Amino acid sequence: MTTIAADPHDVHAHDHHDADHKPGFFARWFMSTNHKDIGTLYLIFAICAGVIGGAISGLMRHELAQPGIQYLHSWAMLMDGPDATLDQAYHLWNVLITAHGLIMVFFMVMPAIIGGFGNWFVPIMIGAPDMAFPRMNNISFWLLIPAFLLLLGSTLVPGGTGNGAGTGWTVYAPLSTSGSPGPAVDLAILSLHIAGASSILGAINFITTIFNMRAPGMTLHKMPLFVWSVLVTAFLLLLSLPVLAAAITMLLTDRNFGTVFYDGLRGGDPELYQHLFWFFGHPEVYIMILPGFGIVSQIVSTFSRKPVFGYLGMAYAMVAIGVVGFVVWAHHMFTTGMSVNVKMYFTAATMVIAVPTGIKIFSWIATMWGGSLTFKTPMVWALGFIFMFTVGGVTGVVLANGGIDDALHDTYYVVAHFHYVLSLGAVFALFAGFYYWFPKFSGRMYNEVLGQLHFWVFFIGVNILFFPMHFLGLSGMPRRYPDYPEAFAFWNQIATHGYDIMAVGVLIFFINVFWSLFAGPKAAANPWGEGATTLEWTLSSPPPYHQFETLPQID
Amino acid sequence: MAGLLAFAPAVVASPAAFAQDSATAIGNAADSAPATAPAEAANAVAPAETAAAPAAAVPAPPRLKPTEGVGMPRPGEITLQEQFTDTGRQARWIHDAVLLPVITVICLIVLALMLFIIARYRRGANPTPSRTSHNTLLEIVWTVAPILVLVVIAVPSISLIAEQYRPAPKEALTVKVTGYQWYWGYEYPDQGIGEFVSNMLPPEKAVENGEPYLLAADNRLVLPAGRPIKLIITAADVIHSFAVPSLWVKMDAVPGRLNEKAFTIEKPGVYYGQCSELCGARHAFMPIAIEALPPAEFDAWVRSQGGDPAGNANGEAPQTAAAAAPAPAAPRI
Repeated sequence: MTTIAADPHDVHAHDHHDADHKPGFFARWFMSTNHKDIGTLYLIFAICAGVIGGAISGLMRHELAQPGIQYLHSWAMLMDGPDATLDQAYHLWNVLITAHGLIMVFFMVMPAIIGGFGNWFVPIMIGAPDMAFPRMNNISFWLLIPAFLLLLGSTLVPGGTGNGAGTGWTVYAPLSTSGSPGPAVDLAILSLHIAGASSILGAINFITTIFNMRAPGMTLHKMPLFVWSVLVTAFLLLLSLPVLAAAITMLLTDRNFGTVFYDGLRGGDPELYQHLFWFFGHPEVYIMILPGFGIVSQIVSTFSRKPVFGYLGMAYAMVAIGVVGFVVWAHHMFTTGMSVNVKMYFTAATMVIAVPTGIKIFSWIATMWGGSLTFKTPMVWALGFIFMFTVGGVTGVVLANGGIDDALHDTYYVVAHFHYVLSLGAVFALFAGFYYWFPKFSGRMYNEVLGQLHFWVFFIGVNILFFPMHFLGLSGMPRRYPDYPEAFAFWNQIATHGYDIMAVGVLIFFINVFWSLFAGPKAAANPWGEGATTLEWTLSSPPPYHQFETLPQID
Repeated sequence: MAGLLAFAPAVVASPAAFAQDSATAIGNAADSAPATAPAEAANAVAPAETAAAPAAAVPAPPRLKPTEGVGMPRPGEITLQEQFTDTGRQARWIHDAVLLPVITVICLIVLALMLFIIARYRRGANPTPSRTSHNTLLEIVWTVAPILVLVVIAVPSISLIAEQYRPAPKEALTVKVTGYQWYWGYEYPDQGIGEFVSNMLPPEKAVENGEPYLLAADNRLVLPAGRPIKLIITAADVIHSFAVPSLWVKMDAVPGRLNEKAFTIEKPGVYYGQCSELCGARHAFMPIAIEALPPAEFDAWVRSQGGDPAGNANGEAPQTAAAAAPAPAAPRI
C-alpha cells in the first residue's frame, strides 16, 4: 500500500487544509467525491423513496381493507381525469403494485443498504481513506435521480388501459410488450437500465476498494463481516444486473423495433424473458438481504461483547448463498409448465440454500450465547431481524417444494414470505444499522426511548400486517388483485389494521430522527463500549471529512 | 361496480357461433385497444340468446349449486382448501403433516433459544462475556442437521412432483383451455364441442345464483367427476394462469405454448379458481368455475351441446359437430 492516496496533503500539496476541511455546500453535495457524503445522499434518497413506496402500499392496503372497490376509482379520476373508466381504475391498481415493487427494491432497499451503509462504512471498516473511484461513486448516486424520475414520470403517460406501467415489477412479456402500448413501459424499462448501470458502477467500486485498499494487516479473513457481505453482494450485482439489462433491452426492441425475442407466436418465447429476469431476480433478493446479514453480525457481536461465532463459517456461508443463489432462479417459475426433471432440480437446489442460511442463524445465536447482552435499540432490531428472518426463511422452504408451490404460487403466501424476508428482514436490518451507526454519521445520539418504542410498534404492526397473508395465501387468494371474494375479507381487514400500526411506528422513527439531529446529545467516538471493535469506532463521531490520513495498522 | 356490467353474461350458444366469436376475440386482443375489445367480443355473444331460441334436442342437466365452503375459500380460513384430487390430497398432507410441523418447530426452537439467551446472558445476569468463538463440532452439527431435515422434506416432495407429472391415460377427457384478456375459453376437441367462453358473473347475478361474486362464471368448465381429465392450457394474448386451489391445479397459460395438466376430480361439485398471473386491467375479474358432474350427467351435458360423449369427433371439431349439432342448448345460468 503506497501512501499516495492515503494522505490528501500529498495529492493537494498546494492546498494546505486539515482533514476536516469541507468544500462549499454546492460542491460538497452536488459534486461530491467523498464516500461519507455520498453515503449520506444515498440514505436521504432511500428514505424519500421509502416514504413514497410505503405510501403507495398504504393506498393499496386501504383499498383492500374490505371487498369491493373503495377508493381506486376516485384515484383513477385524479390521475386520468374525471371520466376515468373502471378499467382505468384497475389499471391504476397494477401501476401501484408495479411502482411499489420497483421503488422498494431499486430505490429504497438497494440504495440504503449498499449505497448508504456500504459507502459510509466499507472504506472505514477496512481502514481506507475513501472508495477506489470517488468520481464513479458520485455518478453512481446521481444516476439514481433520473432513474427515479423516469419511473415516477412513467405514471403520467399512457401504458395500455390507462396511464403508467401496469406490468408488475417483473415486467413479464407479453403483457409488457404487446399488452402495454404507450410510452409508460418504455420509461420504466429505461429507469431500470439507468438504476442498473448505477448499481453496476457501484459494484465495481466496492470490489476494487475491498480488494485493493485494505489497510496494512487487514487480510480478507480479518475483514468485518459487513465488508464481506458487501463484497459478496457486489459480485452478485456485477454478475446479475447485466443479464437484467439484456433482458429488458430485448423487451425494448420487441416493443419498438419489431424484434420477436419474447413473442411465442412468431418464433420467440415469453418464458425466455422469465428465465432471464429471474436469473437476475433471484440473486437480487440476496443482494437485498446479504448486507443485512453483515449489519446484524456487527450489531450482535457488539452488543454481546463477544467476537462473532464461527467467523469463517459466517463469511463463507454468505459466499455459498451467493453462489447457490445463481442456480435456483426457476423456482419463481414452477407453474410455467417446465419439465418434471427441471422442476425436481430447482426444488432440490433451492432447498440447499436453507443450509448456509441456517448456519447464519445458528451462528448469531452462538455469538450471543455466553455473551453479556445489552438491549439497546440496534440490538433489539437485530434480534427482531433474526427471528423474523427465520419465519420468512422457513416459508421459503415450503415454497421451494415445486409440488407445493402449485397451490401457493402467485398467492398471498408468496407476498407474506417475501415481505417477511424483506419488510421484516431487510428493513429490520436497515433500521438496526441506522440506529447502530446514527451516532457515527450524525455525531449525535438518537433517543433510546423513541427507538425502543419505534421497534415495538413497528414489530407488532408488520406482524399483524403480514402474518395473516399466510392464511390468505393458503386459502387461495391470488396476489395483485384490487378486489377479492367476500371470504377473504376478514384477514385483509386485520392486515390493514397492521399497516396503520406500522405507519405509527414509522412516524415515531421520523420524530426520533429529527429530534436527535437537532437536539440529541453529542455522541462519543464509541458509544457502544468494548464490544464495538471495528475501525469506525476508533474515529470521532462524526468522522473527520478525510479519515485515515495515516493508515491504521491491523495486527 | 357499474362497469362490471360490461361483462354481459354470455350464454351457451351454438358451438359454431362460439368458435367464430373467439376468433374475433383473438383478433381484437391484438388490436391497440385491448381494454374494451374483448368485453365487446364477449358482449357480442349475447345476441346468441336469440339463436338459442330453438329448444335443445337434449336438455342439459340443471346448473349445479355450489356447496358453501367447498371448492371455494371459507371466511377467516387459515389453511389450505379441502382437496378433491389425488395429488391435491397428497400435497396437502405434505404441507400439513410434514412442512408445517417442521417449520413451526424450527421457528419455536429459534425463539426458545433467543428467549433463553435474552434471560440468561443479559448483562445483569452475565457481566463477563465468554470469548468462545469456535466449536467445530457444533458447526458441523448445525450444518448436517438441516441437511437431514431437508432430505426428510425432499423425499415426499420429489415424489409428489413425479405424481403430478404422471401423464393422463389415453382415455382421459381432453379440454383445451385458452386464456384471453379477460375471460376463459373452453373447447372439447374429441367431443366436437367448439370453444365457448366463460365470463365472470356480475354481482347481482352471482347473488341471484347463490354463488360467490368474483368466483362465479357464466359458462362453467363442465367436467366429469371420477374420470381422468387432461387440460391443454394456452393463451391468446398475454400470460394467464389457470388455477383452482381445491384441485391443486395451477398452470400458466402462455401464448404460443401448450401446457398440460392431468388430474381426476373425485367428487361432483363446483370448484372455483382465479387467474393467477398478472394479465392486465381485469386480472382479478376472470374467475374459473369448474362444474364436475357424475359421468352420466356429463355425457348428457355433452349431448346437450351437440357433442359426442364417446369422443369420436376427434380432429373434426368444431365444423362437423356444428353441422351435426341438432340445436344449441338452452342457457343454464
